[in-house]
Amino acid sequence: MTITVPVNLPTPLTLYTDGQRDVSATGTSLDALLTDLDRQFPGMRFRMIDEQGRGRAHMKFFINGQLHRDLDANIREGDRLMIVAAISGG
Amino acid sequence: MKRNDALVISVGTRKGAFLLVADQARQKWRAEGPHFYGQIVNHIVLDPRDRKTMVAAARPGHLGPSVFRSTDFGATWQESKQPPAFPEAVGLSIGHVFWLTPGHASQPGAWYAGTSPQGLFVSRDAGDTWHSVDGFNLHPKRRDWCGDPTQDAPPDGATLHSINIDSRDPKHLIIGMSAGGVFESRDAGATWSPLNAGCAGDFLPDPNQEYGHDPHCVRMHREYSQVMYHQNHCGIYRLDDQAGARRWTRIGNNMPEAIGDIGFPMVLHPRDPKKLWVFPMDGGTVWPRVSIGGKPAVYGSADAGESWKRLDKGLPKVHGWFTVKRQAMCADDFDDVGLYFGTTSGEVWASFNEGRDWHCLMQHLPHIYSVEAGRL
Repeated sequence: MTITVPVNLPTPLTLYTDGQRDVSATGTSLDALLTDLDRQFPGMRFRMIDEQGRGRAHMKFFINGQLHRDLDANIREGDRLMIVAAISGG
Repeated sequence: MKRNDALVISVGTRKGAFLLVADQARQKWRAEGPHFYGQIVNHIVLDPRDRKTMVAAARPGHLGPSVFRSTDFGATWQESKQPPAFPEAVGLSIGHVFWLTPGHASQPGAWYAGTSPQGLFVSRDAGDTWHSVDGFNLHPKRRDWCGDPTQDAPPDGATLHSINIDSRDPKHLIIGMSAGGVFESRDAGATWSPLNAGCAGDFLPDPNQEYGHDPHCVRMHREYSQVMYHQNHCGIYRLDDQAGARRWTRIGNNMPEAIGDIGFPMVLHPRDPKKLWVFPMDGGTVWPRVSIGGKPAVYGSADAGESWKRLDKGLPKVHGWFTVKRQAMCADDFDDVGLYFGTTSGEVWASFNEGRDWHCLMQHLPHIYSVEAGRL
């Protein structure tokens, strides 16, 4: 099954998308979406997920407005992913 | 770059990187940048082997760390395909890439990176892909040497820095760790041993402890590699291995008592192993870590630290309350040698006569983390 969903990016990640904030990604889990984003925009995943598979301190993932910390979170048809770069100092 | 360009001073700051470019006479300067606008650039270094490749450690505040390289003096930057990352077995993730060192002259494309928390990484393709130096990162005593990164780290994080490659032996590596101490490898990083004998560790329970020290900046002389100097949290030291000495001597005891021997950077003359410069800071009471009395001064020695001379002509006489960080002071290889330092208040200062006179090259930059000189 292939599910493609809209993804809204925070401005720091638009370094990878030529300024585009709204992109799309394919996958049935949050983890798969992030992997697909990395396929489209090489290097992007490591900026959000560290080498131990943990989300980085200031990156938050909202599926349909709900905060998800678990990369195994399911993605369904019609979902929307919003990635937020939380406040991290001056 | 232009035809008459002879020297670049690469400046890494809290909000981007800047290149200060000079002609052969070091009289005409121009500034280029910011590169990585808004990003934290801990270190940006020109490869002295090809005088073309620049490697930079950069990260925006929100995102994970990465490394970038340019072969057109910063007109374009490519992100490493595989940035430094700890092996899963270490269980840690890199907060930032702190230090970059080009490899040995006989190994074009080789680079080393030191990270926070303390990790050592190598690239063999000019920074495109990075690999763990497992001999260090997976060493069974790494945790003992480095401490707990959540408990034992300085405010900006525990770092592996001062990666020195012996010009006469590419397998001989020296590193510094804050905290952890000075460590040495004779086999290209496969095995390591502490090299801290003779160093004070005023904050350690056992003053004769083998490791756990806090070297701020360690420099091996690039021609006379048996000679090393380092600025430690607890003093200034020399190690001259000519007679087989594997013990540091505290040459900071020869500094004026009112100044002391605390600071961050250590700068060596590129040819004369007896000449070196430091930038003392206030390490009293609560460790203000600023110029002593608000009167910034470089101190230089021409006799391997046996005696020191204050070098402050042209520097602020009052209210100069800045800090010069460990990567933020360097020398070029001209004759007379040029010295450069960057301040936490965003000024770049230069001396074109080995510290006798100082000139402000640039001001109003962001907080400066690193200053490196490269010949074009």
